[in-house]
Amino acid sequence: MQWEPVIGLEIHAQLSTRSKIFSGAPTAYGAEPNTQASLIDLGFPGVLPVLNEAAVRLAVRFGLAIGATVARRSIFARKNYFYPDLPKGYQISQYEAPVVVGGSLTIHPEGGESRRIGITRAHLEEDAGKSLHEDFQGMTGIDLNRAGTPLLEIVSEPEMHSAREAVAYMRALHVLVRYLRICDGNMQEGSFRCDANVSVRPKGEAAFGTRTEIKNLNSFRFVERAIQYEIERQIDVLEGGGTVVQETRLYDPDRDETRPMRTKEEANDYRYFPDPDLLPLVVPEAMVEAERQALPELPEARKARFVEDYGLKPADAMQLAFDRDTADYYEAVARVCGDARLAANWVNVELAAALNREGLDVACSPVSAERLGGLLARIADGTISGKIAKQVFEKMWTEGTEADVIIEREGLRQITDTGALEALVEEVIAANPKQVEQYRAGKGKLLGFFVGQVMKATQGKANPAQVNQLLKKRLDE
Amino acid sequence: MSLSDEQVSAIAELARLSVPRDALRGLAQELSAILDFVAQMNAVDTSGVEPMAHPQDVPQRLRPDEVTETIDRARYQAVAPAVSHGLYLVPRVIE
Repeated sequence: MQWEPVIGLEIHAQLSTRSKIFSGAPTAYGAEPNTQASLIDLGFPGVLPVLNEAAVRLAVRFGLAIGATVARRSIFARKNYFYPDLPKGYQISQYEAPVVVGGSLTIHPEGGESRRIGITRAHLEEDAGKSLHEDFQGMTGIDLNRAGTPLLEIVSEPEMHSAREAVAYMRALHVLVRYLRICDGNMQEGSFRCDANVSVRPKGEAAFGTRTEIKNLNSFRFVERAIQYEIERQIDVLEGGGTVVQETRLYDPDRDETRPMRTKEEANDYRYFPDPDLLPLVVPEAMVEAERQALPELPEARKARFVEDYGLKPADAMQLAFDRDTADYYEAVARVCGDARLAANWVNVELAAALNREGLDVACSPVSAERLGGLLARIADGTISGKIAKQVFEKMWTEGTEADVIIEREGLRQITDTGALEALVEEVIAANPKQVEQYRAGKGKLLGFFVGQVMKATQGKANPAQVNQLLKKRLDE
Repeated sequence: MSLSDEQVSAIAELARLSVPRDALRGLAQELSAILDFVAQMNAVDTSGVEPMAHPQDVPQRLRPDEVTETIDRARYQAVAPAVSHGLYLVPRVIE
C-alpha cells in the first residue's frame, strides 16, 4: 500500500524583548541560575502579571507578515499542569482566542516545488523554567531564569507530506522571524524550538491517521531525521497489522529513533480557563497601523526583485535576500559599484567565505559595503582584474583601507597599454620556440600556456582577455 | 448532573490532592450540586451574547518593555526547602 505522511509543526519562537512577558525581569541568556526570575516569574502569592507591550507588538508584526488576521480582541488562558519548572502550576497561554489567526508561508523544499503552507494560528505565552537532572545528589535542580520569557507559538496546518517539506517550512519560518527581528533564531539557546505532529494514512484517503507528537526538536537536522524515523515506524506498525498509539515521543539523536515519553498522567487534561488575572487583550489600532507602515520588504518579495531587477539566479538571490543584513549590504555594494551581478558574486562567495572563516556576521564585516563597492567598481572599469581584486580584498580585510589606496600603493593597476603588452608577447614567443612550433602544428591548447607566461611576466596585472587576443593574433600570423 | 467516584478521583489526581476513599462520595455529591447550579445558568438562552472572559469590560493595560525588577535571589530562596549553586532542588524528576 502507498502511504501518505501528514505533518503539522508547532514552533516556539522566543520574542526578542528586554523584559519578560508578564514581569519587569530581564531576559538575558546564560545568566547565573535564578538571577533573572522575579517574584512574578517565581509565582509568589499575591503577585499580578502585567502584559509587555513589545511582546504584543512583535506578535502583531508576525501576523501582518504572514497575511494573517490580527485579532482585535484575544484572551489569555491558564494551561494547568504540575511540573517543578512551572512554579505557578499553570502556564499563561492563549487558547480559544489567539492574537494571530490564519496566514501562510511559502516553502522551498530541497529538490521540490515551492508551495504555500497554511498557518492555523499564533499565540502569546510564557516559557517555563529549566530542569537539570544531573549532579545534584539524586535531586533535580531548577533554574527559573527562563520562566516568563515571551514566546510566540506558531501552529501550522497539517499540510506537509514529507520530512523534507517539514524542514523547509521550519527554515522558511526561521528566515522570516529573524528577518522581522522578532526572534534571534538561536536554536542552541532554545530561542527557536519545534514540536512535530506526525501521522500517516493510505494515499488518497481524506481522514487523518492517529498522530504522535515529537517534542523539543532543536535543530533542522533532528527535525528531518526524527520525522523520517517516525513516518517509517508508523508505516511498519500499520503494515504489521498494529495500530498507532496517540502519544508524545522524544527523539534520541544518538540512536536516531523516537521513544514514547514516560509520563505518569495517562491523558493530558490541561483544564484551560480564562486567566482571571489578565483582562482581554485589545490590540490598539494605532499599533497595528504603525507595524503595517514599518513592515519591511519581505524576504520572498526581495528575492523576486533581485531576480527581476538585477538578473540574478534564483538560488543566488535567495542566499542574498533571506538574511536582512546581507540583503542590505548587498544592495549597498551593487549601488556603489554599478554591477549587480558582480556584487552578488562577491558577496555570496568572497565575502561569505571571509566572514565564515572568522565567524563574523555581515553586520560586523571589516570591509564595509561602500568599500567593497569601491573595489568592485575598479573591476568594472577595468582598472584591475578579478584575480588582483582578490588580493586587494585580503589587504582591505586586514588593514581596513580603501581599495584605491591599496591599488596605487602596490602598483596593481592593470596594464592596458597595448604596446607594452605586445613587447611582452614578443618576448614570450621568442623564449619558447618549441611550444610555438607545436602550437602552429595544431596543438591549440598551448595558447593557455602562452597566456600564463605573459600573465606571470606582468605579475597578473595584464588583462587576460587582451593578452589572449594579442597572442592569438601574433601566433596565427 | 452527578459525578462518579472515579471522576472525583481523576480530578483530585490532576489537582495533586490526596482524597481518602471514604471522602469520595461526599465530595462527589457536593461537586455535583455545584454543577447543577451551573446547569441552571446554562439553561438560559445566551445565543447572540458575546462570551465574557472577565467580569470587567476593560482591556488589558500594557507595560513598556523595560527591566524594572531587581532580583534578590538569596531572599527569594530563603523559603525554599533546598537550594544548591543557586538552583532550587526538588525530588528527582525524569522524563
